[in-house]
Amino acid sequence: MKKENIKKPSFLFIGRNSAEGIFSKKNKKLLSDPLDDNNPITVQVLGICSALAITVQLKPAVVMTASVIFVMACSNVIISILRNLIPNRIRIIVFLVVISSLVALVDQFLKAYAYDVSKELSIFIGLIVTNCIVMGRLEAFALGNGVWKSFLDGIGNAIGYGVILILVAFFRELLGSGNLWGMQVVPDFLYESWYVNNGLMLLSPMALITVGVIIWIQRSFNKKLIEKG
Amino acid sequence: MNRDSNFYTFLFVGIMIVGIASILAFTSQTLKPMQDENVKNEKMQNILSTVGINVSRDEAEVSYKRFITQELALKMDGSVNEKINPFSDLNLAKELKKDYEDQHFPLYVAEIDSEKYYIIELRGTGLWDAIWGYISLKSDFNTVNGVSFDHKGETAGLGAEITKEWFKESFKDEKIFNNEGRLVGITVLKGNNDPNNNDKGDHEVDAISGSTITGDGVTDMIYERINNYLPYLTIINEKVSMR
Repeated sequence: MKKENIKKPSFLFIGRNSAEGIFSKKNKKLLSDPLDDNNPITVQVLGICSALAITVQLKPAVVMTASVIFVMACSNVIISILRNLIPNRIRIIVFLVVISSLVALVDQFLKAYAYDVSKELSIFIGLIVTNCIVMGRLEAFALGNGVWKSFLDGIGNAIGYGVILILVAFFRELLGSGNLWGMQVVPDFLYESWYVNNGLMLLSPMALITVGVIIWIQRSFNKKLIEKG
Repeated sequence: MNRDSNFYTFLFVGIMIVGIASILAFTSQTLKPMQDENVKNEKMQNILSTVGINVSRDEAEVSYKRFITQELALKMDGSVNEKINPFSDLNLAKELKKDYEDQHFPLYVAEIDSEKYYIIELRGTGLWDAIWGYISLKSDFNTVNGVSFDHKGETAGLGAEITKEWFKESFKDEKIFNNEGRLVGITVLKGNNDPNNNDKGDHEVDAISGSTITGDGVTDMIYERINNYLPYLTIINEKVSMR
């Protein structure tokens, strides 16, 4: 065996490039970028379907966010570990198998430990499989980057997705049913005088409009996102 | 090894499938007891809710043992099959697909403050998929004490409203037999001119707007399932009149 071929062993490939720290500027950017400049929902407009479907109440939105964080972090790490082993021709199939197994695991755990939530989310947990963000990050990032970076990228994108989800759910639950996290927050005397819940907020179109308003607000603050024309 | 060769591709897929299948099978097997426990407790919760006992899922089993005094598996002729435990062995969806004479139906008897209640399991079809639930009858086997409904995939905001308290509440004190003693069930009716459901003798409850087919499903399910219990009822009544 030639000596040049033996590489320095490094744990999970972290710090192979020893000049770069674990939380270097570049790595931090992986986490912060998807929150604003490159948000999967408001900028890339991915994963909209689930943003419409499960944002009627805050609780399912939070559970969905947690599940997506888990699935994205794990799938990014797994694909990144295997990135030099996966046959190129069947890589999309491998992605699908990895994502759907992770989703199946989440589903099983929810059914055992958080039965009510799993009933509420029912098919939407399964639909994480079809969430374009997960697949997109695997193809665009994990396949070409190291484990630690892929992990950060997964977490960052999942949080970027989750923040919007929770924000939309917050307004829809508050204005639509006067509750937050299932508990009444609009005081009774308001209902007695003039206030009425806006039932329209509970219907899917209002999720789309809420997302639209968020995009509008984000773009008026973040000049980078405004197209030149 | 050449990563583009067919052999490598097949090898990779093979290893991947075996690995992932064993992980999934292992998790599913380990978690199954807890999942079954959840499903079982939820069933107990639903049964208890028809007799006005609302407990959390953790307390369901204790309350169930306390209030449910009898669990009967009834044959088509009304006799009791002692060999079958109706709670754990009977799956109504499967029973209804069996031959007529092989079907068994569960009957739960609750006793609260020395009042007897008969709880009957319901199952039918809504607009999109199965709907099911429980209905409890007072000791006269005629007056409805309470109902609980659930569904697999009815439209949220329309058909799915059958699980809501106000809809279930309207079944209370309705009668399932008419004055001649014939089973009529309870009809979920559009525009029954009685939106608050004050008339308890009309065998009707007000329907939910926009969910006619789900409502019809509820009507049919109540009539058809209770119909299966008539032979048993006749036997009980004979015993009563002989005394």
